[in-house]
Amino acid sequence: MDLSYSPEEIAFRDEVRAFLETSLPKDLSDKVRQGHDSLSKQDIERWHAILNDRGWLAQNWPKEFGGAAWNAVQRHIFEEEAARANAPRIVPFGLSMLAPVLMKFGSKEQQDYYLPRILDGSDWWCQGYSEPGAGSDLASLKTRAVRDGDHYIVNGQKTWTTLGQHADKIFCLVRTDVDVKQQEGISFLLIDMDTPGIEVRPIILLDGTHEVNEVWFTDVKVPVENLVGEENKGWTYAKYLLTHERTNIAGVGFSEAGLEQVKRIARAERANGRPLIENPHFAARVAQVEIDLMALSTSNLRIVSKAASGEAPGVEASMLKVKGTIIRQEINDLARRAVGSYAMPFPSETVEGDNDPIGPDYAGSTAPQYFNNRKLSIFGGSNEIQRGIIAKTMLGGGR
Amino acid sequence: MNFDLTEERQMLQDTLRRFLRDRYDTETRNAILESDTGLSAEIWSQLAELGVIAALFTEEQGGFGGAGFDISVVFEELGRAGVVEPILDTAILGGRLIAAVGSEDQQALVEDVIAGGAHLALAHGEPVSRYDLSHVETSLRADGDEIVLDGRKAVVVNAEAAGHLIVSARESGAAGDEAGISLVLVPTDTAGITMNGYPMLAGGRAAEVTLDGVRVPASARLGAAGEGYAALCDVLALAHVALSAEALGAMETATGLTREYLATRKQFGRPIGTFQALQHRMADMLIELEQARSSVIRAAGYMDDSTRIRDMNIAAARNLIGRVGRLVAEEAIQMHGGIAMTQEYELAHIAKRIVMTDHRFGDADHHLERFIALSAA
Ligand SMILES: Cc1cc2nc3c(=O)[nH]c(=O)nc-3n(C[C@H](O)[C@H](O)[C@H](O)COP(=O)(O)OP(=O)(O)OC[C@H]3O[C@@H](n4cnc5c(N)ncnc54)[C@H](O)[C@@H]3O)c2cc1C
Repeated sequence: MDLSYSPEEIAFRDEVRAFLETSLPKDLSDKVRQGHDSLSKQDIERWHAILNDRGWLAQNWPKEFGGAAWNAVQRHIFEEEAARANAPRIVPFGLSMLAPVLMKFGSKEQQDYYLPRILDGSDWWCQGYSEPGAGSDLASLKTRAVRDGDHYIVNGQKTWTTLGQHADKIFCLVRTDVDVKQQEGISFLLIDMDTPGIEVRPIILLDGTHEVNEVWFTDVKVPVENLVGEENKGWTYAKYLLTHERTNIAGVGFSEAGLEQVKRIARAERANGRPLIENPHFAARVAQVEIDLMALSTSNLRIVSKAASGEAPGVEASMLKVKGTIIRQEINDLARRAVGSYAMPFPSETVEGDNDPIGPDYAGSTAPQYFNNRKLSIFGGSNEIQRGIIAKTMLGGGR
Repeated sequence: MNFDLTEERQMLQDTLRRFLRDRYDTETRNAILESDTGLSAEIWSQLAELGVIAALFTEEQGGFGGAGFDISVVFEELGRAGVVEPILDTAILGGRLIAAVGSEDQQALVEDVIAGGAHLALAHGEPVSRYDLSHVETSLRADGDEIVLDGRKAVVVNAEAAGHLIVSARESGAAGDEAGISLVLVPTDTAGITMNGYPMLAGGRAAEVTLDGVRVPASARLGAAGEGYAALCDVLALAHVALSAEALGAMETATGLTREYLATRKQFGRPIGTFQALQHRMADMLIELEQARSSVIRAAGYMDDSTRIRDMNIAAARNLIGRVGRLVAEEAIQMHGGIAMTQEYELAHIAKRIVMTDHRFGDADHHLERFIALSAA
């Protein structure tokens, strides 16, 4: 047992730190620190490009495709340092969701064409899985693709499509056979968002942000070359993708950065004439979540180092997802509490513009962030679904 | 012992519930949220016509209710419908304060409030006061027949719509002293007042208010000089009952929507309400909802008891509602899945109303501390 990083890992961490110090633009980290939803498409693309120049954008890709080929511990170190430095989040759809599927199941032509375009930012991808009727029960999806000569004709609706408003392309699960078991009639299709018949409609979330969309398909013609792998094998590919969606599932770096922010706020706020951080009730809440986070960080490293040695995490990933999201949400709750009455204003560009911020500058984003992050326990396999997986695995009865 | 509403209150509840069901649906409310004023003048005058505001005042004050249970009945219904109109601010924090300590001249405003013709706002909290009621730095200086106010007031709900602000200001002593706080009724168009207004996350509007050498006649004082603190405590007791009842009503809606959704939303070929994992959590929500209901009944029922008993039950209700409210809001969202995250869905607004209640005049921790202090007393 040795709880510390190896000398190589420490050297790597220092390299990451130095890079973030010199290469992370201050205006971007300021925006991230200011709170959620302030990053534009250009901001995200700029950060991607900076990482790509350093060869650190495609962290989990093998070298042959231009990736960094980091192992799980290295990826973890980067995630932790990046969160601490308030770096923008890497948008995962092309890089860590689609790319692994293409590398494993895509044709040589697809790999040669799409992978470099993901790296250099030519294509922004979004994920078209969920439908109004198919959430947790994804395999019940209904969006239909019917073969017609050398095209598929796609009809149906996807929803909750994150950042679909920025996307050039969407990877979709579509139904190509209705006469077989649900899972056996699904195909994995790459669709250009510019194709006639596609309509993107914004969904405004409860914190006022435009983060997700509905994507409607009416007689959309998609060339058959855009099919990934074999027809009706899409479910297998999707499940493979879902295991990749689960990297950084514990969100330890985000929680650590969030907890720091809570402490910063609580040192500035005063309750009954003393710093809030000295208030016994508040201090107890902070300590409680910090204790949980310390343990989670070690659980995460335990699982991460197993993964680095090649073992695929199974039920542990579900455990990290559940605990990690509970902790992040608790931290968001503390931040909102900490700012007192100043959690009530609903700040926005139009309100503040050139005016002073309403209340302390850290206050405005806390309550919106609290509400927005309720999503963490809903998407990527809800916490109920994760608990179901844990229970089934441990109690027997399948998977 | 009898836990039934009186006939009058039952009628009030039925009328208000029916009115809001018919006239205040999600679409109407969402349009109000988008509007510049953040409130509907039409709904406001209709509520006044229905006697909803009058029900919040005693007969001597010109109303026909005014007791703890009148307040809880009205606010439970407002909460159920997610009403964003500032009844609390105008009628309770403003109207009831004037009714309690105002001069005869000032009482005329109460009549206007009851008739639906006047808006008020309590300008009490300050940028660093947090939930500490006695922390007042805004200064009051007597100058001949006039008084002069200087200071800053934070998150003054309904300030822009109000014709008058009730400003708390320090006449003597240090910030944090209970003695030495005076209340002043200030027309909002008085020179020296600036407002930086904004919408709030859960609806309605507030403003940061700056008072820069604001001059009013000494007769604008509300109640005796330096004795505003007790009056504030009394009106806040009413406000706490209102806020607790409002959150309770909103929790009933959240629970109801969740129950309906569990019965109708199907995944894996069956209603999600058939999954035991969700059934037990729905059951917990219902259990906690009844706890919340009882705590509101206690807070309303002990309104006229000794100050200590009254305040203990109020602190208890605000603490319990703060805890249960968070549970209900979060669980309702979770059990709905993605749909509850969308702004236009009823539950999103209701959940925000519930959670943001915890930021007005003290959160669950603040009221826990009050409860501890009061029980030790
Ligand atoms: C902000 C946000 C962004 C998203 N981004 C994307 C995206 O980019 N692309 C995409 O394809 N999808 C995306 N999603 C969709 C997300 O994956 C779904 O919301 C998720 O799968 C849950 O589905 P649902 O919302 O339909 O809820 P439902 O599946 O209807 O679930 C409702 C409730 O029932 C519970 N439940 C369901 N089944 C069971 C069971 N068997 N046992 C116990 N409880 C159960 C759920 O846990 C939940 O509490 C996003 C969602 C959100 C909120």
